[in-house]
Amino acid sequence: MSQTQRTLIRGAHVLGGAPGDVLIDGGAIAEVGTGLPAEGARVIDAAGLVLLPGLVDLHTHLREPGREDSETVLTGTRAAAAGGFTAVHAMANTFPVADTAGVVEQVWRLGRESGYCDVQPVGAVTVGLEGKQLAELGAMHDSAAGVVVFSDDGKCVDDAVIMRRALEYVKAFDGVIAQHAQEPRLTEGAQMNEGVVSAELGLTGWPAVAEEAIIARDVLLAAHVGSRVHVCHLSTAGSVELVRWAKSKGWNVTAEVTPHHLLLTDDLVRSYDPVFKVNPPLRTEADVLALREALADGTIDCVATDHAPHPHEDKDCEWGAAAMGMIGLETALSVVQHAMVDTGLLDWAAVADRMSARPAAIGRLAGHGRPIAPGEPANLTLVDPAHRAVVEPTAFVSRSRNTPYRGLELPGRVVHTFLRGRATVLDGELA
Amino acid sequence: MKRHLISATDLTRDDAVLILDTAEELARVADRPIKKLPTLRGRTVVNLFFEDSTRTRISFEAAAKRLSADVINFSAKGSSVSKGESLKDTALTLEAMGADAVVIRHHDSGAPHRLATSDWIGGCVVNAGDGTHEHPTQALLDAFTLRRRLTEGPNGGVGGDLEGRRVTIVGDILHSRVARSNLHLLTTLGAEVTVVAPPTLLPIGVAHWPCAVSYDLDSVLSKSDAVMMLRVQRERMNAAYFPTEREYARRYGLDGDRMARMPEHAVVMHPGPMNRGMEITAEVADSPRCTAVEQVSGGVSVRMAVLYLLLGGAGPADTTPADTTRSDENGQPA
Amino acid sequence: MDSTPDTQPSVPAPSAAARTVLEGPDIARALTRIAHEIVERAKGADDVVLLGIPTRGVFLARRLADKLREITELPLPVGSLDITMYRDDLRLRPARALARTDIPGEGVDGRLVVLVDDVLFSGRTIRAALDALGDIGRPRAVQLAVLVDRGHRELPIRADYVGKNIPTSLRETVKVQLTEEDGRDGVLLGVREPAPSGER
Repeated sequence: MSQTQRTLIRGAHVLGGAPGDVLIDGGAIAEVGTGLPAEGARVIDAAGLVLLPGLVDLHTHLREPGREDSETVLTGTRAAAAGGFTAVHAMANTFPVADTAGVVEQVWRLGRESGYCDVQPVGAVTVGLEGKQLAELGAMHDSAAGVVVFSDDGKCVDDAVIMRRALEYVKAFDGVIAQHAQEPRLTEGAQMNEGVVSAELGLTGWPAVAEEAIIARDVLLAAHVGSRVHVCHLSTAGSVELVRWAKSKGWNVTAEVTPHHLLLTDDLVRSYDPVFKVNPPLRTEADVLALREALADGTIDCVATDHAPHPHEDKDCEWGAAAMGMIGLETALSVVQHAMVDTGLLDWAAVADRMSARPAAIGRLAGHGRPIAPGEPANLTLVDPAHRAVVEPTAFVSRSRNTPYRGLELPGRVVHTFLRGRATVLDGELA
Repeated sequence: MKRHLISATDLTRDDAVLILDTAEELARVADRPIKKLPTLRGRTVVNLFFEDSTRTRISFEAAAKRLSADVINFSAKGSSVSKGESLKDTALTLEAMGADAVVIRHHDSGAPHRLATSDWIGGCVVNAGDGTHEHPTQALLDAFTLRRRLTEGPNGGVGGDLEGRRVTIVGDILHSRVARSNLHLLTTLGAEVTVVAPPTLLPIGVAHWPCAVSYDLDSVLSKSDAVMMLRVQRERMNAAYFPTEREYARRYGLDGDRMARMPEHAVVMHPGPMNRGMEITAEVADSPRCTAVEQVSGGVSVRMAVLYLLLGGAGPADTTPADTTRSDENGQPA
Repeated sequence: MDSTPDTQPSVPAPSAAARTVLEGPDIARALTRIAHEIVERAKGADDVVLLGIPTRGVFLARRLADKLREITELPLPVGSLDITMYRDDLRLRPARALARTDIPGEGVDGRLVVLVDDVLFSGRTIRAALDALGDIGRPRAVQLAVLVDRGHRELPIRADYVGKNIPTSLRETVKVQLTEEDGRDGVLLGVREPAPSGER
């Protein structure tokens, strides 16, 4: 990794706007302008590149501790850097579960050691993700990891009382409960979105209402106790309506959408290729369009990858036996460009908002998602929007290969990533 | 024909008619003193069953043996390895043993499709029932029975399809691979299908199926040339799909009174095994209008036809319109 | 004979240049003669069963049966024997549709079976027919009647009754046309175009 030094980014389209220069000195942005002098600085020719604040992911599975065969904090943060991220939230469903100060501090420390990307651990809401007893949320918050976001992701906090208590409890330290909205009884044995395709394929359906019913309950609970709730991976048009309604009430509700739910539909399941098996499931085209619109109008606050690495054998099998999840860190920005920017729904400034500023704000990450301005931390990503490439899984930095985009041509390429002034990716290669 | 038979939708109308016609010819072999043909000598057919189904397995086994294929029965049920590993590893084992065809029964919908589209094996794959997806040879033998029963004349419908025939499928449509395969095949053959079930046992999305949907059995009986009763598992009651067996039988079971309201020529079908007293009464099951036993005997012929047409030549039978007569009766010197 | 360019459509159509070597009346005469020979050699033909090999052998068998009935004034069992499942070249082409095997009710056990086919060439069809017949029963004897013997045997098989011997080269094709199948009677001699690749 290269040493911290002065770096001049020359001619980048700052947030997609007019070309300008950005001078980085040490870990911070020193100057923003045009025609800045290069003296003593390494010069990055950024002509044609778009400069964004370093991306922030609210929803990453780094798998360490416990499933180092699919990803580690090191490999996952390298993948994140390659995807233009400077901070990721590491989900709690590890082995052991991140439900104590000890585990979250371990993950946090591993992130610091990796140096590629800040790792902000997410704490479990309940002990062992069992949904029965609150984990020591305060201890995790007070730990070195400073946990703010709590989630049983992978499982829903389905007990209304537990959910209420968690929402109330985290008010003491401005925490947020990130809910994996999935009514468990309605989704027993569920394999894919319930609809026309599931009827044809004979796969147990996963009704939209199983997600929407929980969201409806949780926004009401959050309003009732005056806390804030964050909805993970929104996947249905109905969920969008509920979040829109909750926001119109002025309630403290935020929501994320994954890149794959912005692009892929359940038609792909006809292949029975488990690479398309994911939780929540791929939905219909109408859902995809509603999610895009909601991300554009701000109803959905941010894009989160739900990067979910799995070893080859967990996907190289029949659908029913396969694990759920897709990797996404290294393709997120490309998919968002494809689905949102190239379609005219978002400009690059809005991409910066949805993929950096807002997720950082939800996670209360002080050093990320900041404006590109003098004095701000130099967490920056440079992307080449004109680049097009066919997705080739073997080229991924992640330890896993379970991408749904194999063979798909996508736009955009992360050319440089800077974490506090230090290049983690330079000329498309990990530094 | 395609190389694999995974779904009834793999079959064109001409494919399906060819299978049925071939099955008719092969059915005649069963009446001969020597019920064996040398056609698949040296070919290996593996029956790969991840789910118990003695009936289907012995039907495929008899079919393959009557064509002189070597048959390996592989029952993977109860295997201690995890499901995913076992399908792939088993497939690789079969490939190493030189399986020319794999007949697979699996509890997961899509497993045969996965086997056929993976690079795990090179042979052709025949779906013998996957989860709640499809069971195409069952649909073929149902169509075989229907064509025989509903076509007048000595030819038993050979060369023809089921154009305009009205078939009603009754029961647990949601969980039935038989219903899905029959829906597709019967539609391909020109029949008009109506599915009848309590709304809980119909899939969300059924409105997009190429069939009519009814919740009322009585209203469709008089308009049916065949009524196919599906097995309804009693355990469904516990998952609140219907309140009691008695209520199910009363609303959706076929009894003598209901059968009497069917047209005189109409038949009652059942893929077996029957739940007497549940979806069908003993009176109906034992009546000459019930084809359940014929369906079983037709099963061997239909499966012989499928195996022959997939494996008997250099490739699957060619049903694209072309000359099929032999031009030079004595063949070409090779 | 006229040579045929290689661009003609694939089998079976004989080219326009195909030459008629037997007309309808020739075929009728040949069958009449065969019928008489059968009666003569089978000493009355009262235990004869005629089995035609599909497609055209079946029609020839039925015609022969009619002629035999005229001669013997006895109804004669006639059926068909499909040999597809017994062919030795099954794996050289995609799986083929089956033709009807229809054994008369009397069966074949202890009887004189006369196999009937249109053209005798390599002998492989008859080899397959003998195998098929063996799975159906045990005839007293099996004889073979063909409309045309064009030579080039590849197996030790010969016909007992031959309508006409037509010496051919391997490049030539012999095409029998019968009213029941083709709308007219005739035997055409043409020239084979090269076998399409992948099919030899």
